[in-house]
Amino acid sequence: MTKPPDSPPARKTKTAFSRRGFIKGASLAGGALSTGILETPAEAAKAAGNAVGPSAVSISLRINGKQVPVTVEPRTTLLDAMRNQLNLTGAKRVCDRGTCGACTVIVDGKAVYACTTLAIDAQGKNIETIEGFTSETKMHPVSAAFVNHDGQQCGYCTPGFVVAAKNFLDRHPNPTYEDVEKGLGGNLCRCGTYVGVRAAVLEAAKNMKGGSHA
Amino acid sequence: MPDTMPDPKYAYPPMAERRVIGKTPTRVDGPQKATGKAKYSSDYWHKDLLFAVLIGSPIAHGRIKSIDSSAAKATPGVTAVYEVAKAGDEIQWCGAELFAVAAEREEVARDAVRKVKIDWEIMDHLVQEADLKAAGKRAKAAGEQVTGDPDQAFQDSGVVVSEGHYAIPVITHCCLEPHGCVIQWDGDSINYWPSTQSLSGIAADLGNLLKFPPDKINADQQHIGGGFGSKFSADRWAVVCANLSKSSGGKPVKLFLDRNVELMIAGNRPSDYANIKVAAKQDGTLVAWQSQSWSTGGIGGGGMPPIPYVFTEIPNKRMNHTAVAVNAGPSRAWRAPNHPQAAYLTYSALEDLAAKLKMDPVDLFRKNLGLTPKLLRDIYANQLDKASELMDWKKKWHQRGDSGPGPVVKGLGLAMSTWGGAGHNSKCQTTIFPDGNVVIELGTQDLGTGTRTIINQVAAETLGLPMARVTVKIGSNKYPVSGGSGGSTTVGGVSASTRKSTVNALDKLFEAVAPSLNVSPDQLVAVDQRIQVKGNAAKSLTWQQACSKLGVNKISELGEHDSRKPDGLTTGQVGGVQMAEVSVDLEIGRVKMVKYVGVHDVGLVINPRLSDSQVNGAVIMGICGALTEERVMDSQTGRMLNADMEFYKLAGIGDIGEIVSHMDIRKVNDDRGVIGLGEPCVIGVIAAIGNAVANAIGVRVPQVPLVPRRVLAAIERRNA
Repeated sequence: MTKPPDSPPARKTKTAFSRRGFIKGASLAGGALSTGILETPAEAAKAAGNAVGPSAVSISLRINGKQVPVTVEPRTTLLDAMRNQLNLTGAKRVCDRGTCGACTVIVDGKAVYACTTLAIDAQGKNIETIEGFTSETKMHPVSAAFVNHDGQQCGYCTPGFVVAAKNFLDRHPNPTYEDVEKGLGGNLCRCGTYVGVRAAVLEAAKNMKGGSHA
Repeated sequence: MPDTMPDPKYAYPPMAERRVIGKTPTRVDGPQKATGKAKYSSDYWHKDLLFAVLIGSPIAHGRIKSIDSSAAKATPGVTAVYEVAKAGDEIQWCGAELFAVAAEREEVARDAVRKVKIDWEIMDHLVQEADLKAAGKRAKAAGEQVTGDPDQAFQDSGVVVSEGHYAIPVITHCCLEPHGCVIQWDGDSINYWPSTQSLSGIAADLGNLLKFPPDKINADQQHIGGGFGSKFSADRWAVVCANLSKSSGGKPVKLFLDRNVELMIAGNRPSDYANIKVAAKQDGTLVAWQSQSWSTGGIGGGGMPPIPYVFTEIPNKRMNHTAVAVNAGPSRAWRAPNHPQAAYLTYSALEDLAAKLKMDPVDLFRKNLGLTPKLLRDIYANQLDKASELMDWKKKWHQRGDSGPGPVVKGLGLAMSTWGGAGHNSKCQTTIFPDGNVVIELGTQDLGTGTRTIINQVAAETLGLPMARVTVKIGSNKYPVSGGSGGSTTVGGVSASTRKSTVNALDKLFEAVAPSLNVSPDQLVAVDQRIQVKGNAAKSLTWQQACSKLGVNKISELGEHDSRKPDGLTTGQVGGVQMAEVSVDLEIGRVKMVKYVGVHDVGLVINPRLSDSQVNGAVIMGICGALTEERVMDSQTGRMLNADMEFYKLAGIGDIGEIVSHMDIRKVNDDRGVIGLGEPCVIGVIAAIGNAVANAIGVRVPQVPLVPRRVLAAIERRNA
């Protein structure tokens, strides 16, 4: 007998929809997720309450300081919500399985892989993407350092690297060479730009000293 | 004698007089890429955009008895279904395209594809080629090549013979931007956003596949997320995407391969396995080579390595090669096709021979430079010296295995490379406007090599302008035709056409300006944003003033590089020497990069910052091939076991050690014109690292990548 999954850890969120609600709804409707999460119709009906889903519903995400509406299913990743609906395409879909870091965004101050973060789990959180780093007139010092040290070739991994590097430097303002190698080990590049990336991150650390680039 | 002699008016300025060429500006599209603003075709977005999902075969070999996509088609939100495979089709590898669905939301398309029902007749498959005997009828011998008398040469008294088995597996391109496209087939025209290395050729390719006039196809691609040889054709998925768009009322459809399908079908580099015997006199003079090699490039076999590599003139040789057809995705051109494998096989065998002779392999290679292509002998001699100096080889090198008690030991290895790299056909249009604006247009693409930047540099050099005053437009098939970016041919081609086009346009500007300066046009030069009389800076006009003399007319001039007509602006054939230093932990079998040196001659270097990036990147790509990366196939299911980026392993930022890139920038090389670099610098890396590991641990690890279990197994054999 499969038991309903435990509720996610309690979190302070005022948002309308939870993962649990979606799953209940999915099971009740017997749709794509009807794989026995709730075994009997009676059980499902009891648990359903005022659940929603499985079809897409509107939620709101706070991205780069703005609340934006998106329509998502429970399984929709933050990455797909941004890329498919919001035309926020700095974060790239490469491995789509939390390995390569090309989709890195910052959620509540922490670098995360947007491809393995559900959009509904990002509700009520502060999401920063590379689009939020750059004003029309000025590059973020991390981006500038990537340009100066040619830490990019095809550039497809670059936004993920820049976001990861910014978050890394926010947390480790005085990194050593070895720190950089460890701190950015979660991002992969196929063109082989790591030599430039290493130098760029160290230069950005220097340039960000005392600045207000948070 | 070439049918046309180079025209001196197009020659690049002498080294000492260059102001932009040979300097190190940062890449012009760097800010776009580093801020996430660069839009790749996979980033295309439109409110009406439909999302397509393509499903690849779960079966390695089988016949489709029936296929039924009606349930998928009936799914709400689905706009179109396209069946690639039909009943009766024989499917030859896992991941082969079966069908695709387009829908208003990607999730809907993903659900719908699962509803397509296929009945299979399963057939026998072969997915492994390591055991040649097991390949049976799947193995096809290519025929024997013999030079001299190898049998006698191996038996001559006093020769030292070394024999070994060497293996280098299939690896995939693993472009970070998957293969795919966005297509909008709207009535009479097609808008096409591909991910391609051949922007000028891709519309014709798609048109041919669709039986649709290519001149009605608008191809646009401003950036591409990696290609490495795998993205030249429109491919079946573009046909699928186009048809889905057509069936969806002409709305744009985005179809990019999922990562697992990408790794299974979107290109790979053939493997190579070889038993090699090589002989030299006691003084190291190579006398004989014998190789029995086999490889697979998928169902079509393929991938014959040019061995012996570089030392092609070994007097006595016997080579046999066999192609093995396996049920796995077909190979595609992979950065320097067949060369990295050939380098790995050749230099592994030569390093083993040097170890047997107790000879420093640098000395062995130097001793035999007479067996390399004549044009390259001096180049290699210079490069061996330079690389040795940068690696501090003489001080660091030790006899094989003579590396101390460990547990962490170090070793050195080297390899050499050769490549063509002459420029491809290219046309460039330069337009000078009366307001002083300059626009350069080419139907080329920038793979991240810096093509935009070098075009900008060449144009700015010719016109005496800062780079920022020149607008470079590439990435559309409405611009003049330029070749595909393969074989390191782009930089030579686009530099030559840009040079000619800008010189032609400047000549027209001189003609327009000459009367107002009271000189003949040939007395004018363009320097520092001015058009001035030669040797008389006082007699000049600003660029702006000069252009205003055009009145209401613009200047628009074409420049063409035809690769069949030598113009002196680009040539080919380069050498390279690379050296690796590694450390190996004898207890856990882990190999770590310590230092890598790449020394290359690529003629005239337009931008040393970008050429260093090419070398660094190629070395890192080679480190992946040497230490982490291989396609793993499962004999039972016929599937690729690591069709994801978790287990298809690429090196990370902490895995690369120190990398030193040295471009052999000297007049003697500069005089050869511009030569490409993308391939040459990737060729020797796996070989050099493999040799460094053998030097460190005292025994050959016969198969790359040099993962701990293989290293430990080799150490065990050594100790046995």
